[in-house]
Amino acid sequence: MSTLSEQLLHRIRDAHKRREMTWWERTYLPAIAQGLWLTSRHFWRNLFLHIAHRVGLFRDVPAAVTIQYPDQQRQMAPRLRTRHRLTKRADGTPRCVACMMCETVCPARCIYIVAGEHPDPNVEKVPKSFDIDLGKCVYCGYCVEACPEDAIRMDTQRHDIAAYSRDGMWLDIKELLNPGSKQFGEPPEKFVQLPPPPSR
Amino acid sequence: MMVELAIKLGVCALVLGGVLNFAGMQTWLERKQSALMQDRIGANRAYFTIPWWLGGLPVNWILRKLGGLGILNAIADILKLLTKEDLIPEKGNRFLHTLAPLLSVFFALMAFCAIPIGPTVHLWGRDIPLQVANVNAGLLFVLALGSIGVYGVILAGMVSGNNLSTLGGLRASSQMISYEIALGISLIGAIIWYGTLDLQLMIERQGTYLLGGWLPHWGVVVQPLGCLIFMTAALAHTKRVPFDLPEAEPEIIGYFTEYSGMKFGLFFLTDFVEVVLVSALTTVLFFGGWQVPYLAPDGFYFPWGAFVPVSHLGYVIWGLVSFTVKVTAFIWFFMLIRWTLPRFRYDQLMHLGWKILFPLSLLNIAATSVIAVATR
Repeated sequence: MSTLSEQLLHRIRDAHKRREMTWWERTYLPAIAQGLWLTSRHFWRNLFLHIAHRVGLFRDVPAAVTIQYPDQQRQMAPRLRTRHRLTKRADGTPRCVACMMCETVCPARCIYIVAGEHPDPNVEKVPKSFDIDLGKCVYCGYCVEACPEDAIRMDTQRHDIAAYSRDGMWLDIKELLNPGSKQFGEPPEKFVQLPPPPSR
Repeated sequence: MMVELAIKLGVCALVLGGVLNFAGMQTWLERKQSALMQDRIGANRAYFTIPWWLGGLPVNWILRKLGGLGILNAIADILKLLTKEDLIPEKGNRFLHTLAPLLSVFFALMAFCAIPIGPTVHLWGRDIPLQVANVNAGLLFVLALGSIGVYGVILAGMVSGNNLSTLGGLRASSQMISYEIALGISLIGAIIWYGTLDLQLMIERQGTYLLGGWLPHWGVVVQPLGCLIFMTAALAHTKRVPFDLPEAEPEIIGYFTEYSGMKFGLFFLTDFVEVVLVSALTTVLFFGGWQVPYLAPDGFYFPWGAFVPVSHLGYVIWGLVSFTVKVTAFIWFFMLIRWTLPRFRYDQLMHLGWKILFPLSLLNIAATSVIAVATR
């Protein structure tokens, strides 16, 4: 008498052995017919749904899984790490105190902060400039975790970036405070000029 | 004399125009059908607009709608192929390299000469057959041209100056030998049964009925095995996916690697023309050609005794529509197979052609002969 686990073990041991196919199965006709049935079912169902959508029926049943990307944006999960932004105080100045924590922790070294003085004497410092090079950023999120002031977040839900040059991939403090204000599609004013190769 | 020439040219234009349009629209069908089968949307972005003085808004509205359906992609394809640089490899043969695609498409189109697309029209005291050339051995003509068509493919592989293309051409020739025999022999059953090689006569003999007038006397009814073998071999003839060893764009390199621009386009066109050709042949040989079930030249004789009269013009139109619908259905079916089944391996194709289809078609001849002799 075999226990259940023995039966399972037996089945796993035999799993790699191929089942003998019957004569009818070896003609492959039933398998081909099954495949054609499956694909043609999808064809007629989707054809019907596309036509029905045109006349305004069954709008809630999708006929295709396609998301037509530039026109339709996919709903992103809220925890997804997307492009950075800097949070603001009530008076509109950045919450950042230029402590350099994020710049220090950044494994890609893509954050560049220049500190300056804040007009309010109770606030120690404020960044004069805060630049992120998205061409280098690895979206690890360490800057968000290192920040003691909750000043930097990665929740803009923007993830597409295309630029004509590496210079075009910089985010400055204006863009970081107002996400979406920068037009990445525009050609830059000047392309990066590589230094001439050293002559030997 | 001139009138007859004009009539012939008209029939030619009808057949050629129909075939080329069917072949051209297959680029659209291929994109859209595969998209629907795979739950995608497919091509829907290509469209163009015309200036206002050429029709303006209403025409542009229609163009935009057609673009949304993906139909204008065919025009974009052709424009792209026509404007691309025509490269001929240094090691290749200039003359033969140009000749190969022309041969390929020429023989594929020539085969349509013998295919009757409709019943004979009686107009102004004349009998106009809706068939370009009334060849009395039409079936042999079509099969012969189909076999010659592979020369273009082999030539393309041989003169490209590329070893991998040569291998692709050789694969094409070995594939041709393995399916062509089964293709020819599977039809002998139908030839025995209907007793003719003339395609128009064969269609007319499919216009009778079995089982007390209920079942049309079509080839698929009396030759089911022959039909299956023919369709499998015909699929191999079109060089499309389950049997696309000669070209096989994705990984193993095919015979038209060294072709660009419209010469490549001609090879592509040949494939699509051949799909139309084998669809038309399947229709003619096994599905009654232009026959409509229960339709005789003077009207519908339904098996339950009803009679609906049809004029001669109506009869011709019914025939043409029936042929078109059947051919379209088979193109759809071959496209369905192309997007469902994976490719055969080289040895599997040989195995299928020589060890399965060939003996089965011989069996089909033997069985058909016995039954044909026994029943007559």
